Amino acid sequence: MKNEFQVIADLIEKDKKVLDVGCADGTLMKFLKNNKNINIRGLEISKERVQECIAKGLTVIEGNAEKDLKQFPDKSFDYVILSQTLQAFLNPELVLDELLRVGKKAIVTIPNFGYWKVRFHLLFKGTMPITKTLPDEWYNTPNLHMCTIKDFFHFVKSKDIKIFKSLALNNLNSSIINQSNLGVKNLFADLGIFLIEK
Amino acid sequence: MNTEKNIKTLIVKKPLKLDCGKSIKNFPVAYETYGSLNSKKDNAILVFHALTGDQFLTGINPVTNKEGWWSYAVGPDKAIDTNKYFVICSNVIGGCMGSYGPSHKDPDQKIFGTNFPVITINDMVNAQYNLLDHFGIDKLFSITGGSMGGMQVLQFISNFPDKSKTVIPIATTSSHSAQNIAFNELGRQAITADSNWKDGNYTSNDTNPGKGLAVARMAAHITYLSKKGLQEKFGRKLQEREDLKFGFDADFQIESYLRYQGSVFVDRFDANSYLYITRAMDYFDLAKQFNGNLSEAFKNTNAKFFIISFTSDWLYPTQENKDIVIALNSIGADVGFVEIESDKGHDSFLLDVPDFLSALKNFLDKSYEEINYEK
Repeated sequence: MKNEFQVIADLIEKDKKVLDVGCADGTLMKFLKNNKNINIRGLEISKERVQECIAKGLTVIEGNAEKDLKQFPDKSFDYVILSQTLQAFLNPELVLDELLRVGKKAIVTIPNFGYWKVRFHLLFKGTMPITKTLPDEWYNTPNLHMCTIKDFFHFVKSKDIKIFKSLALNNLNSSIINQSNLGVKNLFADLGIFLIEK
Repeated sequence: MNTEKNIKTLIVKKPLKLDCGKSIKNFPVAYETYGSLNSKKDNAILVFHALTGDQFLTGINPVTNKEGWWSYAVGPDKAIDTNKYFVICSNVIGGCMGSYGPSHKDPDQKIFGTNFPVITINDMVNAQYNLLDHFGIDKLFSITGGSMGGMQVLQFISNFPDKSKTVIPIATTSSHSAQNIAFNELGRQAITADSNWKDGNYTSNDTNPGKGLAVARMAAHITYLSKKGLQEKFGRKLQEREDLKFGFDADFQIESYLRYQGSVFVDRFDANSYLYITRAMDYFDLAKQFNGNLSEAFKNTNAKFFIISFTSDWLYPTQENKDIVIALNSIGADVGFVEIESDKGHDSFLLDVPDFLSALKNFLDKSYEEINYEK
């Protein structure tokens, strides 16, 4: 399992009710269900991935976060997870609002466009950056709204969203992000993981 | 039509109050079972059939000598695995495969015809509920069915919220739409316009409204298929001829196909039953039973739901299935949903659609494993 998922799982207490938005093949869901006794639901747009989740015995709804989150009542989950997908929505702000309406807390992870390898790629090669977390070409990437850890940090602050914990992930190491080390983390982290609440 | 010898029936002695206000008692519910009930009695699945289905799910139907209507899904090692599960299916009341219906005789030994009480989906499931007592089953493992079978699934879990652990409505709706009612009315009008219908008394008049019933079936059959599916299968291909004949014979293969579907249908189905069952579907509006709030229908159940729709089903489209998902999510119910890609229209649930069959199998088998593990 990806290190990112381990970090996410560590943020969630046992026996909670959790919605994984864009749950893909259900790897994280299955881990949470088996190891933390989480009452877990998934929302996934791809029919193939939905079938994979069903084959794992997971409760998943085929749907689109931009349209289908609205059917869930306010604060109906303890946590809502959105892993590396926020940048792919037409309207990320609306999705973020929906996550925080449906979940008491949300865990959002973002691929960091401020990561030094990304900056170097663009600076020296002069082409759109391709890294482990950003593997696609400019013409076939699902990502519409790339941002940096710093961008996201400022964005949630400006929306009066409370940040409980923000973590920078680089390979196997995770570390706390705060106001004072934001610049450094923004340079050296591949991924940002935010536990937030509205 | 019915060869009684091959039909198992449960006689329901206690009175059943119908939605129309009348009561029936000492009436037959015809059923069939597949697989065997285990000692814990926790492996039973109740399947509800659609408009023209019956209790004979799989293998050779002993009355029609044709394959059972859900042979692709039910059987040893199939999606609904009869090596594992005890599968029960019964003919709906109002039907014509042994359960109490308009071809039965009234207490004065006269064939009911249109004097049979108008029945509803609610009446159907209340009648079938008696099978649980009959088999000594406290709680079913699952209930499932497509189309009108799905409506019965929804009504059953609403009426008996703690009587099934899992619930699988397929290609269905919680409320019959104007379009659904319109197509059913077309079928009913075709039957009643046949001069052999005789106000429903065709048996005593020794006539048969076969032409009307065949037209009803032909019209309905079109609604079960998709435009793409029809085009790919038939296109404008001609029926055993080189060129158009400039007449009204079946020049096109699609015409011949529909005529055939109509003609084989009248051999196995009763015209009055067709009127009664389509009426029951039209009257179905589960939300209305709960003052317009569909979620209320499910608020007392802890069952695990799995809802399945098909991309090319325009009779019970994905959105109508999703409305059920939305109603369940709004009360925090345990609900999964998948829309299966298929060109085969509403009929997809009856056909060899591998993605559908594997989803159904995986859901059932994983749920059964989990329930047993939790114990």
